[in-house]
Amino acid sequence: MADQLATGSRRGLRPALPLLLPAYLWLTVAIFLPLSAMVFFSFMTDLPLAGKEWAFTLGNYAAFFSQSLYSTLLFASLRLGLEVTLWCVVIGYPAAYVLAKVLKGRSREAIFLLVILPFWSNGLVRIFSWAMVLREGGILDTALNAVLPFKINIDLMYSYPAVIIGLVHSYVPYMVLTCYLTLQAIDDSLIEAGRSLGASRRQVLRRVIIPLSMPGLIAGSALIFVPVVGSFMEPRILGGRTGTFYGTVIEDQFVAVFNWPLGAALSFILLAVVLIILALAAPVLRRAG
Amino acid sequence: MATTRILEWLGRFYVVLLLGFLYLPIIIMGAMSFNASPFYQLPFEWTTDWYASLWQNDQLIAATRNSIEIAVITTIISTALGSMASLALYRYEFRGKKVLQALLFPPIAIPWLITGTAMLIFFFGVGIGRGLIAILLGHVALALPYVIVVVSARLQTFAPELEEAARSLGANQWQVTMRVTLPWIMPGVIAGGLFAFAVSFDQFVVSYFLSTPGQTTLPVEIYAAIRKGFTPEINAVSTIIIVVSMGLMLLTARFFKFGGEK
Repeated sequence: MADQLATGSRRGLRPALPLLLPAYLWLTVAIFLPLSAMVFFSFMTDLPLAGKEWAFTLGNYAAFFSQSLYSTLLFASLRLGLEVTLWCVVIGYPAAYVLAKVLKGRSREAIFLLVILPFWSNGLVRIFSWAMVLREGGILDTALNAVLPFKINIDLMYSYPAVIIGLVHSYVPYMVLTCYLTLQAIDDSLIEAGRSLGASRRQVLRRVIIPLSMPGLIAGSALIFVPVVGSFMEPRILGGRTGTFYGTVIEDQFVAVFNWPLGAALSFILLAVVLIILALAAPVLRRAG
Repeated sequence: MATTRILEWLGRFYVVLLLGFLYLPIIIMGAMSFNASPFYQLPFEWTTDWYASLWQNDQLIAATRNSIEIAVITTIISTALGSMASLALYRYEFRGKKVLQALLFPPIAIPWLITGTAMLIFFFGVGIGRGLIAILLGHVALALPYVIVVVSARLQTFAPELEEAARSLGANQWQVTMRVTLPWIMPGVIAGGLFAFAVSFDQFVVSYFLSTPGQTTLPVEIYAAIRKGFTPEINAVSTIIIVVSMGLMLLTARFFKFGGEK
């Protein structure tokens, strides 16, 4: 009631505008107009720069649908996104559970911070650090050969598993964070009630804990899946020649082949896929938040 | 009871394993920056030569200077504009407010590859082109939503009656904001600023598409070096970056709990 009175007297867009305009103008110039321009460019034959000839065309989109290379790579990227997301669930969810329900007080706070910390540090550098571990003669190779009685060659560098490991390492803190937030909100007495009514640990997990933490799982999955599908730096560094994905092809159009209109069309198709996925996840997220 | 105990200890052990997975590569990378062999060969021989040689690398130093300058300017602009917008979204009721709040998510949720290439196309089209100005324009836009979200979260804990009280005691709008509201939300503003600095300082993808050979940032320079081949020098500069950005986030955690307990 008091809230309503206080804000009720401050109605209208006009007094808010001077405060809002600078930020939203900036977002318009640097995000929303560029995204619109990208759509526009994707229908052009060439860049309208320096007097070059250009015309409207559907050719860039036709290229996507007629050449199986692009759709194959898009599927490869979607599969990569799915695999990385699943690994993040498998690795991140149990950790989030331990953080939310087993650890208490200061140790919980400290470990939570330690899990989140890498996420906010430099992603490029963390991907590079895996090169030190995975290459032949790297730490993994040396360590395993020192322990095992027989000689094995571990050279995961420049392979599909290397890309997966690097991406899971980059994104698993996200899953821990979102699952931790929903798991922490589950009342312990619900779990105890289930147990005292004779449910086994597994039943409590399946019928109470997992359904209640679903919003966190879905939020984490969306937040991981989307950037992984658009990743290019990670496959380039850790995947080498096997690291060709949809993202790296888009990168090529802009920095190597200089076919910007095709790059714009490929980017826009990716954006459409991403928006569909986010739209599917949105109802669940709204109910949760 | 005994099984619960065992399961809890297994859980703790598991979390330690996860921390190992998260930190071991970074620690190994750091250790290799102090190893004398240029081909990362063991046994380990201590040296600080790779750090010393960073000082001879003019290109890297120029890129570092650019990175710091852009991050500082991004922090100042996005914190100021973002805090203003948060205040407006908190204070006023108007139609379309939900839309304005929803518009903050595309910059966060859309992959940087898409945002970065879109910016490249647009900035080229309107004549800004590539370079430090373009990078700055992009970084502020990427940082703004984070600042607004963090400052708004802090504003949620602010009692609007305080503003009303100050107003009824004769304070004007400016005085209310500077003497009552701002001091209260200061932890949020500082946390938002630190987030903005981190977003800019660690940003690679958008900077990559917007940079030109002379006008580039540190992560872009490192990526170029990695593509040419791994050297202990890259380890040295990477170690410095990771220490700086993690230190920054530890500082941020003092002001903002990352959604942990109150």
